[in-house]
Amino acid sequence: MAAALEVHNLRKAYRDVVAVDGLDLRVRLGECFGLLGPNGAGKTTTIEICEGLIAADSGEVEMLGMRWESDAGGLRQRLGIQLQDTQLSEKLTVFETVRLFRSFYHAGPSAAEAIALVQLEEKQKARVGTLSGGQKQRLAMACALVGDPDFLFLDEPTTGLDPQARRQLWDLIEEFKLAGRTILLTTHYMDEAERLCDRVAIMDHGKIIALGTPRELIASIGVEHVVEFSAGVASRALAVSALHEIEGVRDVKAENGSVQLQVTELHRAVPALLAELDRQGLPLTELRTHSASLEDVFVTLTGRRLRDE
Amino acid sequence: MSNVTAISDLEAKEAARKTPRPSAWTDHPLAQLTWVRFLEFIREPEALFWVFIFPILLAAGLGIAFRNRPADVLKIAAITPQLAQSLRQEKLLDVSQLPTGAAEEALRTGKVALLAAPGPGGSVVYKYDDTNPEGRTARMLADRAVQRAAGRADPVTSTDQLMREPGSRYIDFLIPGLLGMNLMGSAIWGMGFAIVDARRKKLMKRLVATPMPRHYFLLSFVLSRLVLLVVEVGVVLGFGAVAFGVPIRGSILDLVLLCVLASMSFSALGLLLASRARTIEAVSGLMNSVMMPMWIVSGVFFSAQRFPDFAQPVIKALPLTAAIDALRLNMLQGASLRQVASQMGVLGLWLVVCFALALKLFRWR
Repeated sequence: MAAALEVHNLRKAYRDVVAVDGLDLRVRLGECFGLLGPNGAGKTTTIEICEGLIAADSGEVEMLGMRWESDAGGLRQRLGIQLQDTQLSEKLTVFETVRLFRSFYHAGPSAAEAIALVQLEEKQKARVGTLSGGQKQRLAMACALVGDPDFLFLDEPTTGLDPQARRQLWDLIEEFKLAGRTILLTTHYMDEAERLCDRVAIMDHGKIIALGTPRELIASIGVEHVVEFSAGVASRALAVSALHEIEGVRDVKAENGSVQLQVTELHRAVPALLAELDRQGLPLTELRTHSASLEDVFVTLTGRRLRDE
Repeated sequence: MSNVTAISDLEAKEAARKTPRPSAWTDHPLAQLTWVRFLEFIREPEALFWVFIFPILLAAGLGIAFRNRPADVLKIAAITPQLAQSLRQEKLLDVSQLPTGAAEEALRTGKVALLAAPGPGGSVVYKYDDTNPEGRTARMLADRAVQRAAGRADPVTSTDQLMREPGSRYIDFLIPGLLGMNLMGSAIWGMGFAIVDARRKKLMKRLVATPMPRHYFLLSFVLSRLVLLVVEVGVVLGFGAVAFGVPIRGSILDLVLLCVLASMSFSALGLLLASRARTIEAVSGLMNSVMMPMWIVSGVFFSAQRFPDFAQPVIKALPLTAAIDALRLNMLQGASLRQVASQMGVLGLWLVVCFALALKLFRWR
């Protein structure tokens, strides 16, 4: 498969931290690639090096067959970029803002067309300062699209948005995918990555610790479901060791009175768990199950939760 | 989608990018950047006030406070009719003849500046407060009138030429000073706040991530400055001319050139001050510490010559001093560009040095 982005042995250190530590990355033409990880994992640094905004200490970046050192001008024409927390000028209207960005590109949709793409037609004449968070994010998206980019960078596109605005934005991103654009997306929402990305790389401490389709990654931890429950009373604690004996249980974690079981087959594990609790004579106070997610992948790989930091 | 179509798609788009698109000049990035800069400015009511209204209020206030009045007529009192008659020959004195008691009372309460009473042997006694300038002036005028009435002839004839025509009044001095101050303030504030604000909001970073040529970003500030300059200069000079008849004796074209040069120099200085700062507070502090001394020493409100000689070389090297001196020479003395060459040299030097330094130091992120 042709590569839209090829990153080799990338390194970048700030005064006291190594943000990116020998990273290799390959994004295929036309795919939506997710870069996942907790805050401070080096996602934004990586993406900003790829966008030509900061220089790496060492390593190589090749995008669409071009390099920043030799083809910066040509490359910029073909990239669509949405940065984390950019505040566009509040005193300009939506139309004026998009028209300004349009003027920087040789080709692409007209300002009005770009606004229509993100469904902000009704707000064309509204000042940016009056837009909601979701509308501002869609405006940022319109500014990223006015150059009809082949490669789209989206850095935490839905952070801080309410659920409805997130869903709207997801629909939009799915449309870009259908239009055949290559997308590199960073997020620390695992549900977002599962829904949008063809492949994901999980980053931690400046390195990629796992790479594959969301399905592959989840399968790689050998667990399909997670059962969480609380049981017992203060006077009599649960005998956790007995849980390991239940068929299909891969791992048991107990914290703060709640127990987490990673299991392969839910329909066997749950009845067995209930039987075990019954045998120990403990009442069940809470029971939840979910299919294993990228979040569980991250927890399995690092022993930490994503949003703890 | 298969690879082959993906790549041929890209090639087709690439070809479209290379064919020049027909577009209006208004869609040129520099035109767009300048336009939004202009929109942002006029949508900021505070900025409009400081740039357009404030200088007018200041000029009007100072113009009224320091307006030239015809010499005041001084009120004095005389005790005898003879004295009063002699004193009335002097047109600048308003003489009332009062009995002694009433005259003493009028003097004490400041209703009259001087009291003239007959002394022994045909002499005259003047009673007045010598710490009061009006009293001293009244003393001179009264004595001259009394001596002339007694037959004194002046040995030298003298004639007065009054300097009240436009061009030598305080308001004439003030308007070029305010113009210079306004050029400096709007250029430095305009550049400083807009640039640091764009940096703080990461808007600058976003723009740098587009194919926008970076020098267009800086150039757009300069160009929008020039557009506003027309209005700013027009407002101050128009007000001076209409309200106070302040003259412009030099060539208008020269004056425009001087304003443009001064504004460019101050813009370069503003760019330098804003080249690193990340917060509005930081840049405000920097701008104020640079502008405040110039407001005081560069001769906006009073001549810079009043400062001691050893400070003059430094004061003359300041851009605001050079700008105001050149504007005054043009407006009040009709000087040509050649005659203000040294001031233009100072402004040009500031322009080049500040701009070069700013480009070197500028923080784009």
